[in-house]
Amino acid sequence: MSGDSILSVDHLTMRFGGIVAVNDLSFSATRRQITALIGPNGAGKTTVFNCITGFYKPTSGSLRLTHDSGAEFRLERLNDFRISKQARVARTFQNIRLFPGMTALENLMVAQHNALMLASGLTFLGLIGAPSWRAAEKRAIDLAKFWLDRIGLLDRADDAAGNLPYGDQRRLEIARAMCTEPALLCLDEPAAGLNARESAGLSELLLAIRDGQGASILLIEHDMSVVMEISDRVVVMDYGVRIAEGTPKEVRDDPKVIAAYLGVEDEEVAAVEQELGL
Amino acid sequence: MTTIPTLASRAPGVAFIIKKALISAFVALVLFSLMIGVRTEAGPTGQLIYWTRFGDLAAMVAIVFGGSIVVELLRQWWGPAGTVRVVPPQIQSALATAGRLVAPLLLIFALLVPVIFYNQRYILDLGILVLTYVMLGWGLNVVVGLAGLLDLGYVAFYAVGAYSYALLATNFDLSFWVCLPLAGVLAAFWGVLLGFPVLRLRGDYLAIVTLAFGEIIRLVIINWQSLTGGPNGISGIPRPTMFGIPLTPGPGGLAAKLGIEFSPTHRIVFLFYLILALALLTNWVTIRLRRLPIGRAWEALREDEVACRALGINITTTKLTAFATGAMFGGFAGAFFATRQGFISPESFTFQESALVLAIVVLGGMGSQLGVALAALTMIGGFELFRGLDQYRMLVFGVAMVLLMIWRPRGLIGHRAPTVFLRHAQTISSDLVKEGHG
Repeated sequence: MSGDSILSVDHLTMRFGGIVAVNDLSFSATRRQITALIGPNGAGKTTVFNCITGFYKPTSGSLRLTHDSGAEFRLERLNDFRISKQARVARTFQNIRLFPGMTALENLMVAQHNALMLASGLTFLGLIGAPSWRAAEKRAIDLAKFWLDRIGLLDRADDAAGNLPYGDQRRLEIARAMCTEPALLCLDEPAAGLNARESAGLSELLLAIRDGQGASILLIEHDMSVVMEISDRVVVMDYGVRIAEGTPKEVRDDPKVIAAYLGVEDEEVAAVEQELGL
Repeated sequence: MTTIPTLASRAPGVAFIIKKALISAFVALVLFSLMIGVRTEAGPTGQLIYWTRFGDLAAMVAIVFGGSIVVELLRQWWGPAGTVRVVPPQIQSALATAGRLVAPLLLIFALLVPVIFYNQRYILDLGILVLTYVMLGWGLNVVVGLAGLLDLGYVAFYAVGAYSYALLATNFDLSFWVCLPLAGVLAAFWGVLLGFPVLRLRGDYLAIVTLAFGEIIRLVIINWQSLTGGPNGISGIPRPTMFGIPLTPGPGGLAAKLGIEFSPTHRIVFLFYLILALALLTNWVTIRLRRLPIGRAWEALREDEVACRALGINITTTKLTAFATGAMFGGFAGAFFATRQGFISPESFTFQESALVLAIVVLGGMGSQLGVALAALTMIGGFELFRGLDQYRMLVFGVAMVLLMIWRPRGLIGHRAPTVFLRHAQTISSDLVKEGHG
């Protein structure tokens, strides 16, 4: 394990009534690396994401995020929008949540809301068209253009986001998250619904974001070709608990992971369950 | 797909049309045979007397038969729903040019109205009324059109503005120009006050609470006799001055200062330009706000609230500023209303006003400034136009609105103009733009 951890999840538990979606889960995401969170459907991956990004309040456990500056944030104590604003955690959604009636460029401008709000003097400087505001707006457009160029959508900047093809919408959502200049980027199944060529393009984009922007990425993904290709570390979950952690190669050969994904012979089930403590 | 049916498709069409018309006529016959065909009444001694009106019945059935054929022919000519109609490029570009010219031409016309219709008091008064609703529509457009928050109690802020001016001016002798900003600030304050309890509500629930809020304000005004005069209202509200110079016939008046003969029309013209300036201020501020982060956040909120939260946008302040901004313009309009009327009472601030302003915003196309202005002109001006129809006025008006909403379900101007662009601003089709449910 190289580098320090940007996010450490300790003993995270999330209950919905009687259902335990996440049970005493601990793992960490390494700074400037891609950490993948995988597991069969219903393993509790998205619940973990929703806890990290503040959409759920965890039942117990702690989520610590440490910036490069050393500033530490306890995510379980921050309220929804502050996680993105102060702790700078950005996320994308399993089912794309762009602003469909706004153009691609506008989507990226909305992502820079907090920075632009300050630059516009909480609207008052902007209303009178102060030069400082104009300069800030130009910088924001340049940043948006940079990301549109990176995802290959510069030509479609003025098209409504809802009119873009599915793959482009996925990439635009990642670009929108990056426009918030996040410390940690959480991607919920970015390759879902993409064809093989688009998936390969996505892998390239994510690697470029890691190496170029030095971003730390936490990724939920079902597409194993993407996970195995780009992940530095993989955390495997099943039934709300961590069943394996390691490099993609280690995880791939782990019998518990194979059992969770492919199932096992009946006589092995009891042994595995005992081992997992289920 | 062409819109002109070919001969082959028309041939079975004739039989189909006739059949459809016959069915309609038969239904009409059954329905109207008792309603119109037979007229019953109680006789002088209480017995039943009746007489037949088969002529009227025949006429009704004939109208339905003929109407059905006409409707069906129109439908065939127009093509099925979803037909792509090819408009020649010349006409398209001509229409686009005309579309761009509508707004400046309307503005020039509005500026010239007092010159053209100087001697027609009725038209000037109507113009002031239309502009008041344009301003209210633009104000509500911030809340409903941009932020997507359905507000059925907008009249409350109109009332707050009107009563603020009336009370401040009659009790403290403050001038209109001091009271105007105060009325706006007070209305915005009430906007925030309404905003807090409804932050978590969405859609229908939000609409109900805002509706109740509008009624609460009205009922408080009616019952707080000692302050507001209750149902008697407040009279003797000072008329506005032209920055301190009163528009009166006396020696200190504007006419005397300019050395021209006094005419009561001066005040009407002044009021006209005053509300025009206020409305244009509303428009200018809204257009500016849309291009600022707060305006984009409003629209983003209408599109997807969850995504806004994930991007670090504070939903609470964003919603509250939308309510406050909309309420502020409502307050300005209210202050103007009070100074124009000279008398206000709770009767002017009923739910009907809220509904009318909301209808203007929806009819105009939510979020479109030009659409709202056109809708206000159509609604208020059109309503006056139908005055000659007496008791059928409401009926004609209702039918016109229903037809308009069938023809343009997303309002007169249904598309959205982007707030920022790299190369060229493309309008965004209304199918993509969300109506908001927050």
